[in-house]
Amino acid sequence: MPEQPEYPRFYLYRRIVEAKLFIDRHYAEKLDLEDIATEACFSKYHFLRLFKQAYGKSPHQYLTRVRVDKARELLLKGEGIADVCEATGFQSIPSFCNLFKKATGKSPKAYMSEARLRLDEQEKAPFNYVPGCFADTYRWKE
Amino acid sequence: MISKLSHASVYVIDQESARDFYVNKLGLEERMRIPIGEDAFWLTVSPKDQPELEITLMPINKGGMFKPDVARVLTEMVSNGTFGVGVFECEDVYATYEELKSKGVIFTKEPKQEFYGIEAMLRDDSGNWFSLVQRTDK
Repeated sequence: MPEQPEYPRFYLYRRIVEAKLFIDRHYAEKLDLEDIATEACFSKYHFLRLFKQAYGKSPHQYLTRVRVDKARELLLKGEGIADVCEATGFQSIPSFCNLFKKATGKSPKAYMSEARLRLDEQEKAPFNYVPGCFADTYRWKE
Repeated sequence: MISKLSHASVYVIDQESARDFYVNKLGLEERMRIPIGEDAFWLTVSPKDQPELEITLMPINKGGMFKPDVARVLTEMVSNGTFGVGVFECEDVYATYEELKSKGVIFTKEPKQEFYGIEAMLRDDSGNWFSLVQRTDK
């Protein structure tokens, strides 16, 4: 049986990192593990094992995490739920809402409402959100 | 009784440049941005999995915190790498090292085995340095 070539560790890590960055750049598209493994030039199962070792999550779990984080950013900006779902690559609104709630503990609607309320309060009384010791020491309120 | 640490401060030379470094290169999230005058902000960032810890990016040269001579000295000390701020932990230091390097982060120490784990050292865009550790002693 021919020997498997041994790659330097940094070479393997760079391919895994490139795959992770590929997910970061293409999260809004329809991706599957085969696409990502191909990008990294690994077999699917070898890629899955190495990725999980490096990031503590499977590629699919990481992709979901990236999508939820981007969704949070867009909801904070006031984007509608349907638009956020489409912009972040979730397959459907129910799927998006379900995965979002699983990750954050809140529905997208509740997350957005709470965030808006907090931003309004910050605008009305900004120094309620700055520790008084800093504001007083540096006289920011004057 | 003290229960936890909620805020820690890092002195930075340019606040917006620092924000870009911590968010877009290191992958932290912005938590607070409150105007404090003189084109400065109470600006905090947190690791994504540790939202309860806010790192305040304190602008040396804006916000009226320091007199000009003090600001000058502090700027020089920060840019000379005087201050080690803290330790970031990661799942895999080699993967994190390769990724951050590809994003232009400067490392002053490559990953090396220490008794507590594998450690690298990086600098932020002002000059502050951090340890980056994959713990192997837990």
